[in-house]
Amino acid sequence: MSVLISFVVGLVFGIGLIVSGMSNPAKVLGFLDLAGPWDPSLALVMGGAIAVGFPAFRLAARRKASLLGGPMQLPTARQIDRRLLAGSALFGVGWGLAGICPGPALVLLGSGAAGGLVFVLAMLAGMALFAVFERLRRARQLTPDA
Amino acid sequence: MMTIDWLHFTPASALAGGALIGLAAALLILLEGRIAGISGIIGGLLHSPSRGDSAWRLAFALGLVAAPLLYRVLAALPESRIDAGWGTLVVAGALVGFGSRLGSGCTSGHGVCGLSRLSPRSLVATLVFMSAGFATVFVCRHLFV
Repeated sequence: MSVLISFVVGLVFGIGLIVSGMSNPAKVLGFLDLAGPWDPSLALVMGGAIAVGFPAFRLAARRKASLLGGPMQLPTARQIDRRLLAGSALFGVGWGLAGICPGPALVLLGSGAAGGLVFVLAMLAGMALFAVFERLRRARQLTPDA
Repeated sequence: MMTIDWLHFTPASALAGGALIGLAAALLILLEGRIAGISGIIGGLLHSPSRGDSAWRLAFALGLVAAPLLYRVLAALPESRIDAGWGTLVVAGALVGFGSRLGSGCTSGHGVCGLSRLSPRSLVATLVFMSAGFATVFVCRHLFV
């Protein structure tokens, strides 16, 4: 059941990206280019998403379990640290270079764009590199003498 | 002075598509108790927090990949253009993958879900990646032409 719901939710998310124009990297770059002719669409996409998301997350915050009875897994991290800042900055540079972030990357892959495939493979490699980086960091924390 | 690109600005479809994205985030948190953060969902496939946790992640990712296929059944896919060359795509993809994992989120997790939750941490992350995006495009398009 959970798998089917996740698939349908991913599908709705992807349709939203296509309808909003955000699966088009040229349009995303049109938003990020403040000094050129500026396309504010991305701001309205976020506004539309937050307008629907806000009441849902308000409701979720008051519940201990999801409507289907699973645990409500809201993020608990609060600290604004170097990892958050450095990671977001690196992500932003990559986003600005190609106009592609993770959701649209998967939609581009599905639409058969060769560039989408290249981007997704590189993104997975970056994520795998992070997983290795994390494992090494954890190992070093566990053995401070090493 | 800033000039609006009225030719490409699409307020109605931006709001409608945004509402669908918000609906997806709302469904995932209310039905499954999970955050619709794409980088976290995919990253968890490579760096799994717990066992038996991969199926829903893969299903969500497949839903995103299947979206253009379903859309194409109903209507013509809107035009999409990737201007970046292969080398740029590789560097950009790697930075997006590594950075979003290090920063615990991307445009969906921090930008949509985090801002919907009024999370100060996500607000800071969103301001940082937006600023980095603006700066990168400025450098690429206006400093090195």
